Amino acid sequence: MKQLYAWSAVATIVLTSCCGDVLLSRAMKQVGDVAELRRRSGLMTVAARTLRNPNFVLAIIAMATAFYAMLFGLSWADVSLVVPASTALTFVANAIAAKIFLHENVDHRRWIAAVLVGTGVILLAL
Amino acid sequence: MTFRKYLVLVGVAVFAVTGDSLVSRGMKQVGTISLHHLQDIILVVFRPEVALGVLFLMAFFACYMAALSWADLTYVLPTTSISFILLTLVAKFILHENVSVMRWLGVVLISIGIGFVTQGPALTPRPQPTESEECVAEMSARVEP
Repeated sequence: MKQLYAWSAVATIVLTSCCGDVLLSRAMKQVGDVAELRRRSGLMTVAARTLRNPNFVLAIIAMATAFYAMLFGLSWADVSLVVPASTALTFVANAIAAKIFLHENVDHRRWIAAVLVGTGVILLAL
Repeated sequence: MTFRKYLVLVGVAVFAVTGDSLVSRGMKQVGTISLHHLQDIILVVFRPEVALGVLFLMAFFACYMAALSWADLTYVLPTTSISFILLTLVAKFILHENVSVMRWLGVVLISIGIGFVTQGPALTPRPQPTESEECVAEMSARVEP
């Protein structure tokens, strides 16, 4: 039963943080290159454009949910399971989500990178 | 990719590690916060370590957002995982902790992963309307009632 709680916490964290990252990435692509935008029209324009972007607001909500899911997960389950498992799986889940929802060109180099970094994160926790 | 953009990616990693470490140190000094004294969790922000940590985390988020404005998510995430390597190096050489063989192996895998992703382009090319195409679209829009 405890295992089930732990893995459902991991699943919630991975799902919400993945939503957060994908939404933030989409929001920032809509805002455009911030360095260039700041040079052209100033920092206030960058801030206003970002804060008004609906995807940005949703991303913050998703990330906050992920943060609280992590807190609850840690109070129920083992830190040494929840933290590495959710961090590692987030790398792989983000690669899948970026391909589907952001239409990013996830070539073999990026798949290999996602899997290697994910595996590396697990090894760091052992 | 310009040198400045690489600096932003390094900023994401360095600010995240510094911010997390400072907040963690500050929270450990406070000790357990009980549910009956929830106001402590607000007061804790005024402790110097925690306040400084929060500033670093804000810098991390700003750099992360800047990076996502000109690079793909699947480029930013692996490259900024250099933070795990930094954390291990800090643990070994500054905190003099014992770093196991498994952890070094993890560092090696992450380094190879970063090597793979930085070989490729940072951003997926999108078909963008050229100036002449925009001009044609504008003119045809004017012609149509």
